[in-house]
Amino acid sequence: MSYLPNILFAIILIGGIGYFVKNVKKLFRNINLGQDVDVSDNKPERWKNMARIALGQSKMVRRPVSGFLHVVVYVGFVIINIEVLEIIIDGLFGTHRIGLSILPTSVYGFLIGTFELLAILVLIAVTVFWIRRNVIKLQRFWKSEMTGWPKKDGNFILYFEMVLMTLFLVMNATDLHFQSLNSGNIISQFIAPIFSKLPETTLHVIERSAWWIHIIGILIFLNYLYFSKHLHILLAFPNTYYGKLTPKGQFNNLESVTNEVKLMMDPNADPFAAPAEGEADEVPAKFGASDVQDLSWVSLLNAYTCTECGRCTSECPANLTGKKLSPRKIMMDTRDRLEEVGKNIDANNGEFKDDGKQLLGDYITNEEIWACTSCNACVEACPVSIDPLSIIIEMRRYLVMEQSAAPSELNNMMTNIENNGAPWPYNQMDRLNWKNE
Amino acid sequence: MSEQLNVPTMEELMAQGKQPDILFWVGSAGSYDDRAKKITRAFVKILNKANVNFAVLGTEETCTGDVAKRAGNEFLFQMQAMMNIEVLNAYEVKRIVTCDPHSFNCLKNEYPGLGGNYEVLHHTQFIKELIETKKLDIKDGVFNGKRITFHDPCYLGRANSEYNAPRDVLATLNANLLEMKRSKATALCCGAGGAQMFKDAEKGDKEINELRTEDALKTNPEIIATACPYCMTMMSDGVKVKEKESDITVLDIAELIAQSQNL
Repeated sequence: MSYLPNILFAIILIGGIGYFVKNVKKLFRNINLGQDVDVSDNKPERWKNMARIALGQSKMVRRPVSGFLHVVVYVGFVIINIEVLEIIIDGLFGTHRIGLSILPTSVYGFLIGTFELLAILVLIAVTVFWIRRNVIKLQRFWKSEMTGWPKKDGNFILYFEMVLMTLFLVMNATDLHFQSLNSGNIISQFIAPIFSKLPETTLHVIERSAWWIHIIGILIFLNYLYFSKHLHILLAFPNTYYGKLTPKGQFNNLESVTNEVKLMMDPNADPFAAPAEGEADEVPAKFGASDVQDLSWVSLLNAYTCTECGRCTSECPANLTGKKLSPRKIMMDTRDRLEEVGKNIDANNGEFKDDGKQLLGDYITNEEIWACTSCNACVEACPVSIDPLSIIIEMRRYLVMEQSAAPSELNNMMTNIENNGAPWPYNQMDRLNWKNE
Repeated sequence: MSEQLNVPTMEELMAQGKQPDILFWVGSAGSYDDRAKKITRAFVKILNKANVNFAVLGTEETCTGDVAKRAGNEFLFQMQAMMNIEVLNAYEVKRIVTCDPHSFNCLKNEYPGLGGNYEVLHHTQFIKELIETKKLDIKDGVFNGKRITFHDPCYLGRANSEYNAPRDVLATLNANLLEMKRSKATALCCGAGGAQMFKDAEKGDKEINELRTEDALKTNPEIIATACPYCMTMMSDGVKVKEKESDITVLDIAELIAQSQNL
C-alpha cells in the first residue's frame, strides 16, 4: 500500500507528459501545413539571434519596465524549474527532498534559497503584470482583439504563476524538517510562523497537499501551453532561430512569377508551344495567400509563437490612427484559423475537408490588408522576431494577382506603370524634363 | 529657367566611349513630382560641385516596380525589374545612387535575385562619402544653430538599418539637431509607404502624416529634414494641415547641403 502514492504519481506524470507530447505532435503537424521555405542558411547567425533575442531577452528590455519584470519571471521560471527535478525523483521513488541526501546542506540550502528568492520576485512581478492589465489598463491590452479568450488567457497565466509560487513557498514553510535546518528558508521562514500554531500532523497534511498541488499544477500548466499564448516560452527559441536574416525591407521574389515573366520576355519563346512532358499535369501555382496553407511554415510558427503582447500594434502607424489593421490580430487570426484547419483534419481522418472558409475574408478583412504602410514597425517591435508584414504582403499578392481586387486607385497606379513606366500618367519621354526646369 | 545643370545620360557617355563612376537613379517621383524635382536638382548641383563623374538613364529609366511589389503585384514588379536590369547590365553599371529610399531598397535588395547586382547607395550615404573624401567641403553658416529635426524614412532606416548617414551629413551643418521621441528604429512612418501614397487611407480617426507631423512639432523645429520624396510630400502636407508652413520648412538633406553651399 505504501507504494500507492508513487504509482499515482507515475500515472499523473505519464498522463501529463503524454497529453503534452500528443499536442506537440499536432503543433508540428499544423506548422508543417505551411509552404516549405529554405531556412538552412547562415546557421551561426541564426544561433546568435536565438541566444541574443530569446535567451538574452535583448528586445524585451527595449521597454524597460515590462522588460525588467519579464526577465525576472523568465529567470525565475527557468531556475525554479530545477526544483521540479527533485519533485519528480521524490514522487517516483518515495524519497523526501532527495537533494538533501546528495548535496551538502549548505549547497542544498543555497539552491532552495535562490528558488525562494526568485519565487517571491516572480510573485511580485506577476502581480505588477496583473495590475498593468487590469487596474492601469494599458491600452495595448484593451484593443478590440483582446476580448474573450485572449483576455482571460492573459490573466489565467498570471494566476497560474501566482498559485504555483505560493504553493512552493507554503510547501517549504510547512516542512518542519526543512525549516529546522535553517538553511535556504530565506523567504519561507517568514511564512512559517503563520502555521506555527497548527499541530504537526496538520502541517504535514498542508505540506503534502502543497507538494501535490504544486506538481499537478505544473503539469496542468504544461498542458495549458498548447491552448494559450503562453506557448511562446517554448516557441520563442525556434522562432528567433528561423527569424528573417535579410534586410527588413527586402521582400522575397516569387519564383513562380519569375519563370512566367522570363518566358514572356524571351523573344525566342513560343507562346503556343506544348508544355514539356509532365508539366501538363502540374497544378498552376497559386500566387499569394488566402489561407493558412498558402503561408510559409515560418509564418505559421510565428502565429503559434505570438504571445499577444501588442507591442507591434502599439507601434503600427495604421492602428495608431484608428484604422482596423492590428498586426497582433493578423497573427492571432492566423493561429485561430490554423487551429480550425487542424481540427478539421483531425475530424476527417487526416485530410482537410473544405469548410468554405479561409483566413482572408473570414478572419482578416481586405480593409486591414490595404491599411498597411509596410513600414516594418511591427517587425521591429516584436520581441520574438515575428513578421506580420510577410503575411500581409502574401495576402495582397493573392488579392491582386488571383482576384484583381486591389483598390481602384492602386489599379490606376499599376496601369500607369504598365503604360508609361511611372505610377503617374506622365510621358516616358518627359523623364528628363527636370533638368531644364 | 534656372541655371544649366550638367546631366549627362548613359547613352551620351556611351557614344563618347566613356563610362561614369556612378549612375544616378532619379526615380519616378524625382522625375515627375514637382516638389521632388527640386530635390533631384539640388542633388545634381552637389554632384556637379563635387565634380562627380555620373550619368542618368534619362528616358531609358523606368519605374523600379517597387510600388507595384508593395501593392502585391509581383508580376508587374518583375517585368519592370527585368527591363531595368537589361538596360543597367547593358551599360555595365556597377554603382548606383538614388534619392529615393524605396528605389534604394528595391535595387539593393530585390534586384540581385533577378540578375541585377550593383552597389547601391542612398544619396545621404553618397553625400557622406563626398564629405569624408573631401570632395565636398561643407562651410557652416547658413544653418548655424538652426533647429532641425530629421524624420527617418522607413525604407532607409528600419528596412535597411541606415540611421547614421543622414545624421552624419546633417551634423556637418553645425545646426541644432533635435531628435523626435520616435526616431531611428522606432520612427513613425510618414504614411506613404506600402503603396499608400497612391490611394486614400482606410477609415480611421486621423491621417498618419498628421500624427508624424505632431511628433516633429513637439521638437519645436525650424526645419524638418527628410530624405525621401514621399516623406517630403507627407511631411509638407502635414505642416500645411497644422498651419505651420510660415514657421517651418520641410527640406530634403540634399537641399540643405546644396543651400549650405549656396548652390
